[in-house]
Parts: sequence; C-alpha cells; structure tokens
Amino acid sequence: MTQNADSPPLPPTRRPRTAPLGERPTLTDAQRVALEAYADTVVPGRKRHPDDVAIAGVDDTPGAVECGALDVLTDPATGIEDGVGGMADLLDQRAVTWATARELPDPVGRFADLGYTDRRRLVAELTDPEEPEKDLWFLVALFATMAYDSAPHLETADALDPAVTPASGLRAMGFFPPVDGRWAFDRGGYGRPLARLRAGTDDHGDPR
Amino acid sequence: MTGASVEEFDVVVIGSGFGGSIPAFHLAAGGARVLVLERGPRLTSREYDQSLRFGSSATRIFDFTAGDGMSVLGGNCVGGGSVVYFAAMPRAPRFAFERRGSLGHRLWPSAIDRESLDPWYDRVAEALPIKRHSWDEVSYAGGAWAAICDHGGRTANPLPSAVDTAKCVNCNWMMSGCAEDAKQSLLLNYIPAAEANGCEVRELHEVQHLTRDADGSYTVHYSHVHPVDYRETVGTGSVRARVVVLAAGAAATPVILQRSEPHLGAMPDAVGRYFSGNGERINVASLDESALRDTLGLDRGDGRAYEAFQIGRGPVVATWDRQDENLPEFERYAIEQLYFPPGLGTILAQARTSDGGPGWFGLEKKELLSRWQSWLMLFELIEDDNEGVFGAPPPSGNAVRLSQQLLGRGTLRYRPRATTRAAWARADADVRELIEDAGFGQVEPWTNDLVGAYTVHPLASCRLGDDPATSALDDTHELRGHPGIFVTDASAVPAALTVNPSNTVAALAERSVQHICDRLAERGISVRYGGLLPV
Repeated sequence: MTQNADSPPLPPTRRPRTAPLGERPTLTDAQRVALEAYADTVVPGRKRHPDDVAIAGVDDTPGAVECGALDVLTDPATGIEDGVGGMADLLDQRAVTWATARELPDPVGRFADLGYTDRRRLVAELTDPEEPEKDLWFLVALFATMAYDSAPHLETADALDPAVTPASGLRAMGFFPPVDGRWAFDRGGYGRPLARLRAGTDDHGDPR
Repeated sequence: MTGASVEEFDVVVIGSGFGGSIPAFHLAAGGARVLVLERGPRLTSREYDQSLRFGSSATRIFDFTAGDGMSVLGGNCVGGGSVVYFAAMPRAPRFAFERRGSLGHRLWPSAIDRESLDPWYDRVAEALPIKRHSWDEVSYAGGAWAAICDHGGRTANPLPSAVDTAKCVNCNWMMSGCAEDAKQSLLLNYIPAAEANGCEVRELHEVQHLTRDADGSYTVHYSHVHPVDYRETVGTGSVRARVVVLAAGAAATPVILQRSEPHLGAMPDAVGRYFSGNGERINVASLDESALRDTLGLDRGDGRAYEAFQIGRGPVVATWDRQDENLPEFERYAIEQLYFPPGLGTILAQARTSDGGPGWFGLEKKELLSRWQSWLMLFELIEDDNEGVFGAPPPSGNAVRLSQQLLGRGTLRYRPRATTRAAWARADADVRELIEDAGFGQVEPWTNDLVGAYTVHPLASCRLGDDPATSALDDTHELRGHPGIFVTDASAVPAALTVNPSNTVAALAERSVQHICDRLAERGISVRYGGLLPV
C-alpha cells in the first residue's frame, strides 16, 4: 500500500472503464494439469482429447475447464492469481498423502491421477468447514465455478455468442442472450392475480 | 494533514447510501456546508454494465465481505445500497418495533414505533417515489411464487417498490445499476438535490478514523482509493467538521468507530456488537414445469409454463402470513421470491447428491445449473437474535481486501443461537411444504458451510435504544458519550425487521435530521430544517 499525505485529490474525471491491472502468473504444465483437474471436479466436463488427463470425462458437455477456468484463476482481478501455482503444488501433495492413507490400488503421483469419485471426495475434504485452509480451497473452487456459470473473464454478451465463445456454461444454463446488445423483455409476467392479498394490507401495500 | 491546510465543513457525512444522502440533502438545503465522503466510485447510468465481467459495474459497485460465520454483501459506490438494491420497499410491521430478542426488554427506543415512523415513511415514499404495484406488474417468478402460495392456502402480496415500472424492461440487471433509470436510486433524487444546495460529494474517499479537536469538533481522516484496484491507497487527507454523520453501512460504521476509539475515548459497549443479518437465508427450488402448467395453470403464452427465472426485477412478491403479531418472537417471518444473477447467486446453491456429499459442486450441481431458468429463489427474512460481533479492526477500511474489487475478509463473527437456527429451520420447512410436498419441484437451502450465513441487509451493529448497556445510540441517533457524532445508517436499526430494511433505514434517516440540526444549533450553526422534498 502506498500512502502520500501530500498527494492532491484525484481529479473528478478520473473514472476509466476498468480493466484488471497486473500480469498473469506463469504456471508449469504440472500446475496447469492440477488446477484443471480441480476445476473439472467442481464443474465436470468432457475430455478435450483422448489423452486428456486433467479432465475426468464424466460428462459429455463442456465443464469449467473448457469454459475458461484457468483464464479466471490467473486473472489479476481475483487477488489469488499469484497463489494458484502454489495451490496446485499443494493439491498434488495432498492427493498423494490422501491416496497413501487409503492404500488405493493404482499409483497416485498427483491429483489428476485420482478418478472423479476420489477427486470429489478430496475436494469435499479440502472445502470442509473443519479444514484449516478451507477458505483458500473454496476460493479456487469459486473462481473455477464462475468460469462456467458467470464467465467473469468475458463480456457476458460474448460468453453467450457461439461465434465468439465455443464453450459456455451460461449458454448451457439457458441464460437468455441479449438482442442488439441489450437485455429487455417486453412481457415480464403472467399479468393476472395469482393469490389473495394478506388481510390487513394497508393502503400503501405494506404489512401492518 | 495538520494546520491551516485542513478543510472545514459544518457537517461531514461518511457514506452516501440512504443513511448518508438523506441527511446530506436536508442539512445542505437548510444552509449547512456539507461534505459527503464515499469510499466507492461514482457511476452514471451510462456506466452500468449488463455484464458479469471483472471490472464491470457488477464488481465496481459491490462489496462482498466474508466474515467468520457471516458474510455481507453491500453497495460500494456513490448512492450506496440504493444503486445495487432491488428497490423492494415494504414498511416494517408493527410487531417488529416491539421486539425484545433474548434480552427481555424492548429493543427499539420508546420514542419509535410504526405509528411514529409512518410520517417519515410517507416522506420517503413521496421523495423516491415508492409505489404499490398491481398483479400486472409482477414478474413470472413472482407470479409463480404467488400461485404456489395460493395453492398452499397462503396469501401473497406484490411488494411496494421504488421502481418505475413504465421504464422497467425486466432485464434483472439492477444489481449492477439500472441503466434505464427505472430504479429510483439516490443518484436520481436526494444526491443531486443535495448537490444543488452546495453539498460536495467525493468518491473513492475511504474514511479510516476520527479524532476530536479541542473545541469539540472532529477531524475526519481518509484515504484515496485507487479507482481500479481498491486494495491500493493513492493518498490521504483530513477534513474538519462540527458534526459528523456516520453512515458507512452496518458492516463499516462500527469499524470506523473502533479504529477511532484510541483518539476519541471509550466507545459504548454496543459499538460493533448485536449485529443482525436481518435473519436472511435463501432456498433454491428447481420447479417442475409440467406441475406448474397442469396444477397451477401457469402459461407464458408460448407453450412454456415458467422457465423465466432471469426475467423481472428482483423480488416482487412476498408471503406475509407468518408476519402475525400474535405469534411468539422468532416464529414470525416473511418469504419473498428473489433473483440473484449467476456467480454470487449460484455458487452456494446445493443439488441433492447421490453420495450424500456436498451439493454445491460436482456433476449433480452442473445438472441443477442446467435447469437454471426453472429456478425459484426464496428469500426468508426471520427474526435473528443479533448474534454478530466485530473483532479488532483491520489496518484500513472494514476488511482486508482480497480481490482488486468485490472480495474482502472482514472481522465479523456470527454464531447463531438456537432461537435463530430454529427460526430458519421453521422457514425452510415452510418452503419445503409449499413447494416440494405440493409437487412443484425440489428445494434446498444455500449452504452455510462455505461463507457462513450471509446477508444483503446488515443491521444493528451500532444500534438505537433506551438502554445504554445494549445500545450505542440514544433515540436522536447520537453516539452515547460522543456529542456531535450521529449514526444514521442501517447500523442504527436495532433488530431484524422481517422485511427488506431500506425503507426503514431511509425513514429513520429522515427522522434524524431535526436532531442533527439541534446539535448544530448548540454549536452555533443555524440550520433550518424545512422538510423539503428532493426535487
């Protein structure tokens, strides 16, 4: 934090349309795989190719990874971008410890070696209220989920446009697209009474 | 920061939501030199984005402050909560003013009840304005909730609101600011009227603490917040005021006072205690389209019964049958239909899982998201027991900011007592009976495992009352033991209201002005309170 007691007030016109400041972190391939596997556990999707080890492949439509989880997780706007590489390393370590304790039949050297069911169990433990680092693991899950269900790395109109964004959770949710760039609905409701009013409602429509 | 360079005003108002802008207007109109310091940015209607992108208005004008057991969502911009709210403006029912909580005595000051506050509600209703709505103006989601209530033998009411439905296009982007100016935020009435009377409003000025001067005036110390990365401070400054009006919101006002305590002397015990989340809790129903069509006869005219969660303007219908003053305390509540956009409005929703594990993530959650347009969000407003307590203040602001915008970690600790938990369970059971037992779909509450309980209407952290031991303010809104400091925001509301509180906060702010004028007069500043409307 910089503080300068002598600095003049900000000019009132200094109101730029905001874009996140700062640089994205550089991740190793192993870190990318770990973060993608975590994101795929939160919102599962289809494999991008037959050798895709990050995505467990338990669904046949795009999940958080295809919808841009890494773009969101490394966005400087999140405030966690500098820490996600370390979280990926820690995730792989936790997976090895977790698998060893359970004597899993197949070798586990990283989180992505776990099947979806085991990935889900471990993510549930990492985000359990009793987990000391729950807040950090939840933030990774939150931003991964947001890649799918709100696409904060994109303009929402672009996220809904198949020509711009091939994989979109918002489209999968049925989010209505804009018309001519704006959202507006001519007919907003059923237009008829659908319940009796509470007795004693006052003239302003308020409870007494 | 010292000496002749410090600016002087009659009144410095901290925060520009309902609690700040309403006194700012009346005091400026009455002749006072008024400065409003607002920590968030100032946006015009043209800057309200229909987008969930980082850096759009959706993240610029909001704060999500995670605490220990309670998280608070609130406005962070000139206009405060009025810019981001859904503009539902019901008045609080009579029994809300008679609440005793677990303390066993009336929580509101004896000077205030619904009858005495009605004239101030009337003034706010005229100023914004607030309208009673017909069924023609109710969204599909509100209509579906009304029909479900009716089927269950309940009543339902369209909520009075500060929305001009002639301008409203039902886009449901109003949490990011209403680009149509259909929602009557304070930027359309009180704030421009205050400025027309000489009041100055400074954006991106975050007040950190107050000091007292030898003559009884106060000096207000603030930081300039970076316009994009709110974690950064780009300067500091101070202004002097004869009277300070503190209205930074119930999640920030007590923190400013806590940080000021070494300079001002001991604060009343109730500063930073007795916080209430207004008893709020959300359930999400995934509705069965065929049941809505076949049993309730709902038809949008294009073959769909509903599938319209996205369409509308937030909460527009509530059932108030449990707002029965004959019921015991903690058994009275309202259930409103609600809308939250994806992101904040989806992460805590829970699917029912086959493995019994958490339902907020995974394959079943993805399937629940695929039915998003058939969601109905139910907003329970129960009577909680003011269990929130703020810890030691962070180095600056009211939270350690995590993200460039939106996310921060605050010091609020909330552990709901059995009374509150039972009240939520009762409302959850009611929702389940009306929806699931009746065959209209499946319903689950938002999880509290991730960010604790949550509220969009923080209250009571610096509350009014007659008992000095359990209230920070006397019935004039003046901070006990600190003459010349008034608290006029939602911090002052003593307890949960069972309705959206903005109207009550606004009415209390209107009522407080005469008392502030009286204190100014004692300090030699004549300010005429004319009871004007902000036109």
